[in-house]
Amino acid sequence: MKRLLYILPVLAFACAAVLIWLRLGTDPSILPSTLINRPAPNFDLEPLRAETPGLKTADLHGQVALVNVFASWCVPCRVEHPILMRLAEKDGVQIYGINYKDDADAARRWLDQLGNPFARIGVDGNGRAAIEWGVTGVPETFVIDRDGRVRYRHVGPIQARDLDATILPLLKTLAR
Amino acid sequence: MISRRFAILALLVLLRIGGTPYALEPGEALDDPVLEARARDISKELRCLVCQNQSIDDSSAALARDLRLLVRERLKAGDGDSEVIAFIVARYGAYVRLKPPFDPSTYALWFGPPAVLVIALLVVFRATRRPRPSPLPLDADERRRIDALRDDSP
Repeated sequence: MKRLLYILPVLAFACAAVLIWLRLGTDPSILPSTLINRPAPNFDLEPLRAETPGLKTADLHGQVALVNVFASWCVPCRVEHPILMRLAEKDGVQIYGINYKDDADAARRWLDQLGNPFARIGVDGNGRAAIEWGVTGVPETFVIDRDGRVRYRHVGPIQARDLDATILPLLKTLAR
Repeated sequence: MISRRFAILALLVLLRIGGTPYALEPGEALDDPVLEARARDISKELRCLVCQNQSIDDSSAALARDLRLLVRERLKAGDGDSEVIAFIVARYGAYVRLKPPFDPSTYALWFGPPAVLVIALLVVFRATRRPRPSPLPLDADERRRIDALRDDSP
Protein backbone atom coordinates (compact mmCIF):
# COMPACT_ATOMS: atom_id res chain seq x y z
CA MET A 1 0.00 0.00 0.00
CA LYS A 2 2.72 2.43 0.94
CA ARG A 3 4.87 1.43 -2.00
CA LEU A 4 1.91 2.11 -4.31
CA LEU A 5 1.75 5.61 -2.88
CA TYR A 6 5.35 6.23 -3.90
CA ILE A 7 4.82 4.86 -7.40
CA LEU A 8 1.67 6.96 -7.93
CA PRO A 9 3.39 10.29 -8.72
CA VAL A 10 5.73 8.55 -11.14
CA LEU A 11 2.76 6.88 -12.83
CA ALA A 12 0.85 10.16 -13.01
CA PHE A 13 3.87 11.86 -14.54
CA ALA A 14 4.32 9.04 -17.05
CA CYS A 15 0.66 9.30 -18.13
CA ALA A 16 0.89 13.08 -18.50
CA ALA A 17 4.16 12.76 -20.42
CA VAL A 18 2.68 10.24 -22.87
CA LEU A 19 -0.42 12.40 -23.42
CA ILE A 20 1.64 15.51 -24.04
CA TRP A 21 4.07 13.66 -26.27
CA LEU A 22 1.22 12.33 -28.41
CA ARG A 23 -0.08 15.87 -28.97
CA LEU A 24 3.35 17.32 -29.77
CA GLY A 25 3.53 18.86 -33.22
CA THR A 26 -0.21 18.63 -33.86
CA ASP A 27 -2.29 21.76 -34.11
CA PRO A 28 -5.35 21.40 -31.87
CA SER A 29 -7.17 24.12 -33.79
CA ILE A 30 -7.28 21.86 -36.87
CA LEU A 31 -10.37 19.72 -36.53
CA PRO A 32 -10.76 16.26 -37.98
CA SER A 33 -13.00 16.14 -41.03
CA THR A 34 -16.26 14.22 -40.67
CA LEU A 35 -15.97 13.28 -44.34
CA ILE A 36 -12.97 10.98 -44.10
CA ASN A 37 -13.71 7.67 -45.87
CA ARG A 38 -17.17 8.90 -46.76
CA PRO A 39 -18.53 9.91 -50.17
CA ALA A 40 -17.91 13.51 -51.19
CA PRO A 41 -20.87 15.75 -50.35
CA ASN A 42 -23.53 16.74 -52.84
CA PHE A 43 -22.79 19.93 -54.71
CA ASP A 44 -23.12 21.28 -58.22
CA LEU A 45 -21.20 24.42 -59.15
CA GLU A 46 -21.18 26.59 -62.25
CA PRO A 47 -17.95 27.02 -64.25
CA LEU A 48 -15.75 30.07 -63.65
CA ARG A 49 -14.78 30.50 -67.28
CA ALA A 50 -15.60 29.06 -70.68
CA GLU A 51 -12.47 26.95 -71.14
CA THR A 52 -12.73 25.11 -67.80
CA PRO A 53 -15.88 23.10 -66.98
CA GLY A 54 -17.74 23.44 -63.67
CA LEU A 55 -17.64 20.96 -60.81
CA LYS A 56 -20.22 18.64 -59.27
CA THR A 57 -20.20 15.52 -57.09
CA ALA A 58 -20.48 13.12 -60.04
CA ASP A 59 -17.25 14.53 -61.54
CA LEU A 60 -15.30 13.10 -58.61
CA HIS A 61 -15.96 9.50 -59.62
CA GLY A 62 -13.51 7.51 -61.69
CA GLN A 63 -10.07 8.81 -60.77
CA VAL A 64 -7.94 9.83 -57.82
CA ALA A 65 -8.04 13.61 -57.53
CA LEU A 66 -7.46 16.63 -55.36
CA VAL A 67 -10.21 19.11 -54.58
CA ASN A 68 -8.72 22.49 -53.69
CA VAL A 69 -10.76 25.30 -52.17
CA PHE A 70 -9.19 28.62 -53.16
CA ALA A 71 -9.84 32.32 -53.60
CA SER A 72 -7.93 35.11 -55.28
CA TRP A 73 -8.19 37.22 -52.10
CA CYS A 74 -6.53 34.51 -50.03
CA VAL A 75 -2.83 35.15 -49.48
CA PRO A 76 -1.85 31.60 -48.42
CA CYS A 77 -3.50 30.37 -51.66
CA ARG A 78 -0.95 32.40 -53.59
CA VAL A 79 1.82 30.69 -51.63
CA GLU A 80 0.27 27.33 -52.41
CA HIS A 81 -0.32 27.97 -56.11
CA PRO A 82 3.13 26.95 -57.45
CA ILE A 83 2.75 23.63 -55.61
CA LEU A 84 -0.59 22.99 -57.30
CA MET A 85 0.99 23.89 -60.66
CA ARG A 86 3.79 21.44 -59.97
CA LEU A 87 1.34 18.68 -58.98
CA ALA A 88 -0.73 19.19 -62.12
CA GLU A 89 2.15 19.51 -64.56
CA LYS A 90 4.96 17.37 -63.17
CA ASP A 91 3.06 14.70 -61.24
CA GLY A 92 0.03 14.62 -63.52
CA VAL A 93 -2.41 14.92 -60.63
CA GLN A 94 -6.04 15.66 -61.44
CA ILE A 95 -6.92 18.82 -59.49
CA TYR A 96 -10.38 20.31 -59.16
CA GLY A 97 -10.92 23.80 -57.83
CA ILE A 98 -13.71 25.30 -55.74
CA ASN A 99 -13.52 29.07 -56.06
CA TYR A 100 -14.70 30.25 -52.66
CA LYS A 101 -16.59 33.56 -52.31
CA ASP A 102 -14.53 35.25 -54.94
CA ASP A 103 -14.92 38.01 -57.46
CA ALA A 104 -15.18 36.16 -60.78
CA ASP A 105 -13.03 38.67 -62.68
CA ALA A 106 -10.34 38.59 -59.99
CA ALA A 107 -10.36 34.79 -60.03
CA ARG A 108 -10.02 34.67 -63.81
CA ARG A 109 -7.14 37.20 -63.66
CA TRP A 110 -5.48 35.07 -60.98
CA LEU A 111 -5.53 32.02 -63.26
CA ASP A 112 -4.28 34.04 -66.25
CA GLN A 113 -1.37 35.41 -64.28
CA LEU A 114 -0.36 32.40 -62.19
CA GLY A 115 -1.45 29.56 -64.46
CA ASN A 116 -4.36 27.14 -64.18
CA PRO A 117 -3.69 23.84 -62.39
CA PHE A 118 -7.39 22.91 -62.33
CA ALA A 119 -9.11 20.48 -64.70
CA ARG A 120 -12.46 21.76 -63.45
CA ILE A 121 -13.43 24.82 -61.43
CA GLY A 122 -16.74 25.36 -59.65
CA VAL A 123 -17.82 28.79 -58.45
CA ASP A 124 -19.00 28.77 -54.84
CA GLY A 125 -20.20 32.35 -54.59
CA ASN A 126 -22.07 32.13 -51.29
CA GLY A 127 -19.87 29.51 -49.62
CA ARG A 128 -22.64 26.92 -49.31
CA ALA A 129 -20.72 24.18 -51.10
CA ALA A 130 -17.77 24.83 -48.79
CA ILE A 131 -20.05 24.28 -45.78
CA GLU A 132 -21.07 20.94 -47.31
CA TRP A 133 -17.36 20.09 -47.36
CA GLY A 134 -16.89 21.26 -43.77
CA VAL A 135 -14.42 23.92 -44.86
CA THR A 136 -13.40 26.35 -42.11
CA GLY A 137 -11.10 28.58 -44.19
CA VAL A 138 -9.19 28.78 -47.44
CA PRO A 139 -7.11 27.11 -48.68
CA GLU A 140 -8.20 23.58 -47.92
CA THR A 141 -7.50 20.51 -49.97
CA PHE A 142 -9.18 17.11 -50.06
CA VAL A 143 -7.83 13.88 -51.54
CA ILE A 144 -10.56 11.92 -53.33
CA ASP A 145 -10.25 8.27 -54.29
CA ARG A 146 -11.56 6.53 -57.42
CA ASP A 147 -14.95 5.87 -55.85
CA GLY A 148 -15.44 9.54 -55.08
CA ARG A 149 -14.77 9.13 -51.36
CA VAL A 150 -12.86 11.67 -49.31
CA ARG A 151 -9.64 10.13 -48.01
CA TYR A 152 -7.68 13.05 -46.60
CA ARG A 153 -8.14 16.69 -45.73
CA HIS A 154 -5.36 19.25 -45.61
CA VAL A 155 -6.05 22.52 -43.82
CA GLY A 156 -4.04 25.55 -44.92
CA PRO A 157 -1.62 25.82 -47.82
CA ILE A 158 0.10 22.63 -48.99
CA GLN A 159 3.81 23.11 -48.54
CA ALA A 160 6.68 21.29 -50.21
CA ARG A 161 7.23 19.10 -47.15
CA ASP A 162 3.54 18.06 -47.08
CA LEU A 163 3.86 16.78 -50.64
CA ASP A 164 6.55 14.25 -49.81
CA ALA A 165 5.28 13.45 -46.31
CA THR A 166 1.60 12.85 -47.02
CA ILE A 167 0.01 13.98 -50.29
CA LEU A 168 2.17 12.21 -52.90
CA PRO A 169 2.48 8.88 -51.00
CA LEU A 170 -1.28 8.85 -50.45
CA LEU A 171 -2.00 9.61 -54.11
CA LYS A 172 0.37 6.81 -55.10
CA THR A 173 -1.33 4.30 -52.78
CA LEU A 174 -4.79 5.27 -53.98
CA ALA A 175 -3.78 5.11 -57.65
CA ARG A 176 -2.62 1.51 -57.28
CA MET B 1 -41.48 60.43 -10.26
CA ILE B 2 -39.50 61.41 -13.33
CA SER B 3 -36.24 60.57 -11.68
CA ARG B 4 -37.57 57.14 -10.80
CA ARG B 5 -38.57 56.50 -14.39
CA PHE B 6 -35.18 57.70 -15.45
CA ALA B 7 -33.51 55.34 -13.01
CA ILE B 8 -35.44 52.38 -14.42
CA LEU B 9 -34.53 53.42 -17.94
CA ALA B 10 -30.90 53.81 -16.98
CA LEU B 11 -30.97 50.37 -15.37
CA LEU B 12 -32.42 48.85 -18.53
CA VAL B 13 -29.75 50.50 -20.65
CA LEU B 14 -27.05 49.27 -18.30
CA LEU B 15 -28.43 45.74 -18.36
CA ARG B 16 -28.47 45.80 -22.12
CA ILE B 17 -24.86 46.96 -22.24
CA GLY B 18 -23.85 44.38 -19.69
CA GLY B 19 -25.55 41.58 -21.63
CA THR B 20 -23.70 39.45 -24.17
CA PRO B 21 -23.22 41.27 -27.40
CA TYR B 22 -24.30 39.35 -30.46
CA ALA B 23 -23.14 39.60 -34.00
CA LEU B 24 -26.40 39.47 -35.89
CA GLU B 25 -26.22 41.75 -38.91
CA PRO B 26 -29.15 43.74 -40.33
CA GLY B 27 -31.37 41.59 -42.51
CA GLU B 28 -30.29 38.33 -40.92
CA ALA B 29 -33.11 38.04 -38.40
CA LEU B 30 -36.23 36.12 -39.40
CA ASP B 31 -39.58 37.92 -39.44
CA ASP B 32 -41.23 35.22 -37.32
CA PRO B 33 -40.22 36.05 -33.72
CA VAL B 34 -40.71 32.47 -32.48
CA LEU B 35 -38.52 31.05 -35.24
CA GLU B 36 -35.97 33.81 -34.67
CA ALA B 37 -35.80 33.02 -30.94
CA ARG B 38 -35.16 29.35 -31.76
CA ALA B 39 -32.49 30.39 -34.26
CA ARG B 40 -30.79 32.50 -31.58
CA ASP B 41 -30.86 29.62 -29.09
CA ILE B 42 -29.39 27.19 -31.61
CA SER B 43 -26.73 29.72 -32.68
CA LYS B 44 -25.60 30.08 -29.09
CA GLU B 45 -24.88 26.36 -28.93
CA LEU B 46 -22.82 26.20 -32.10
CA ARG B 47 -19.13 26.98 -32.11
CA CYS B 48 -17.67 29.43 -34.59
CA LEU B 49 -15.03 27.34 -36.36
CA VAL B 50 -12.83 30.31 -37.14
CA CYS B 51 -12.48 31.70 -33.61
CA GLN B 52 -13.36 28.42 -31.89
CA ASN B 53 -14.17 29.82 -28.46
CA GLN B 54 -17.12 31.93 -29.50
CA SER B 55 -20.55 30.79 -30.55
CA ILE B 56 -21.70 31.66 -34.04
CA ASP B 57 -24.19 33.96 -32.33
CA ASP B 58 -21.32 36.01 -30.89
CA SER B 59 -18.87 35.87 -33.74
CA SER B 60 -18.60 38.33 -36.56
CA ALA B 61 -16.54 35.95 -38.71
CA ALA B 62 -17.87 35.43 -42.23
CA LEU B 63 -18.25 31.68 -41.73
CA ALA B 64 -20.25 32.28 -38.53
CA ARG B 65 -22.60 34.52 -40.50
CA ASP B 66 -23.01 31.84 -43.18
CA LEU B 67 -23.83 29.29 -40.50
CA ARG B 68 -26.33 31.63 -38.85
CA LEU B 69 -28.07 32.05 -42.18
CA LEU B 70 -27.96 28.30 -42.72
CA VAL B 71 -29.55 27.69 -39.30
CA ARG B 72 -32.38 30.06 -40.20
CA GLU B 73 -32.76 28.50 -43.62
CA ARG B 74 -33.13 25.04 -42.06
CA LEU B 75 -35.64 26.33 -39.51
CA LYS B 76 -37.71 27.95 -42.24
CA ALA B 77 -37.62 24.64 -44.12
CA GLY B 78 -39.32 23.11 -41.08
CA ASP B 79 -36.43 21.39 -39.29
CA GLY B 80 -36.62 20.82 -35.54
CA ASP B 81 -33.90 22.26 -33.29
CA SER B 82 -32.06 18.95 -32.95
CA GLU B 83 -32.28 18.36 -36.69
CA VAL B 84 -30.65 21.72 -37.38
CA ILE B 85 -27.83 20.94 -34.95
CA ALA B 86 -27.43 17.46 -36.46
CA PHE B 87 -27.20 19.05 -39.92
CA ILE B 88 -24.27 21.22 -38.85
CA VAL B 89 -22.62 18.43 -36.83
CA ALA B 90 -22.75 16.13 -39.88
CA ARG B 91 -20.60 18.64 -41.75
CA TYR B 92 -18.26 19.95 -39.08
CA GLY B 93 -18.14 17.19 -36.46
CA ALA B 94 -19.24 17.03 -32.82
CA TYR B 95 -16.76 19.78 -31.93
CA VAL B 96 -19.10 22.47 -33.31
CA ARG B 97 -21.35 21.87 -30.33
CA LEU B 98 -20.28 24.16 -27.51
CA LYS B 99 -22.07 21.86 -25.10
CA PRO B 100 -20.74 18.34 -25.61
CA PRO B 101 -23.43 15.69 -26.14
CA PHE B 102 -24.04 13.11 -23.40
CA ASP B 103 -23.13 9.79 -25.00
CA PRO B 104 -20.56 6.99 -24.46
CA SER B 105 -17.81 8.91 -26.26
CA THR B 106 -18.11 11.78 -23.77
CA TYR B 107 -18.70 9.79 -20.56
CA ALA B 108 -15.09 10.40 -19.49
CA LEU B 109 -15.69 14.13 -19.92
CA TRP B 110 -18.90 14.17 -17.89
CA PHE B 111 -18.00 11.64 -15.20
CA GLY B 112 -14.22 12.23 -14.98
CA PRO B 113 -14.16 15.35 -12.77
CA PRO B 114 -16.85 14.11 -10.30
CA ALA B 115 -15.05 10.74 -10.11
CA VAL B 116 -11.76 12.44 -9.27
CA LEU B 117 -13.55 14.49 -6.60
CA VAL B 118 -15.12 11.39 -5.05
CA ILE B 119 -11.78 9.56 -5.01
CA ALA B 120 -10.07 12.58 -3.45
CA LEU B 121 -12.78 12.85 -0.76
CA LEU B 122 -12.45 9.13 0.01
CA VAL B 123 -8.68 9.44 0.38
CA VAL B 124 -9.01 12.47 2.66
CA PHE B 125 -11.79 10.80 4.67
CA ARG B 126 -9.77 7.63 5.22
CA ALA B 127 -6.60 9.55 6.09
CA THR B 128 -8.38 11.65 8.74
CA ARG B 129 -10.55 8.88 10.20
CA ARG B 130 -7.88 6.20 10.62
CA PRO B 131 -6.42 6.32 14.13
CA ARG B 132 -2.70 6.86 14.08
CA PRO B 133 -0.98 3.63 15.11
CA SER B 134 0.42 4.09 18.60
CA PRO B 135 4.15 3.36 18.80
CA LEU B 136 5.06 -0.12 20.00
CA PRO B 137 6.20 -0.26 23.60
CA LEU B 138 9.93 -0.74 24.05
CA ASP B 139 11.03 -4.24 24.75
CA ALA B 140 13.37 -5.08 27.62
CA ASP B 141 16.54 -4.87 25.54
CA GLU B 142 15.70 -1.44 24.09
CA ARG B 143 14.78 -0.16 27.54
CA ARG B 144 18.15 -1.32 28.91
CA ARG B 145 20.07 0.44 26.05
CA ILE B 146 18.26 3.70 26.62
CA ASP B 147 18.90 3.52 30.32
CA ALA B 148 22.57 2.91 29.61
CA LEU B 149 22.74 5.98 27.31
CA ARG B 150 21.02 8.06 29.98
CA ASP B 151 23.50 6.97 32.61
CA ASP B 152 26.42 7.78 30.27
CA SER B 153 25.36 11.36 29.64
CA PRO B 154 27.03 13.87 31.95
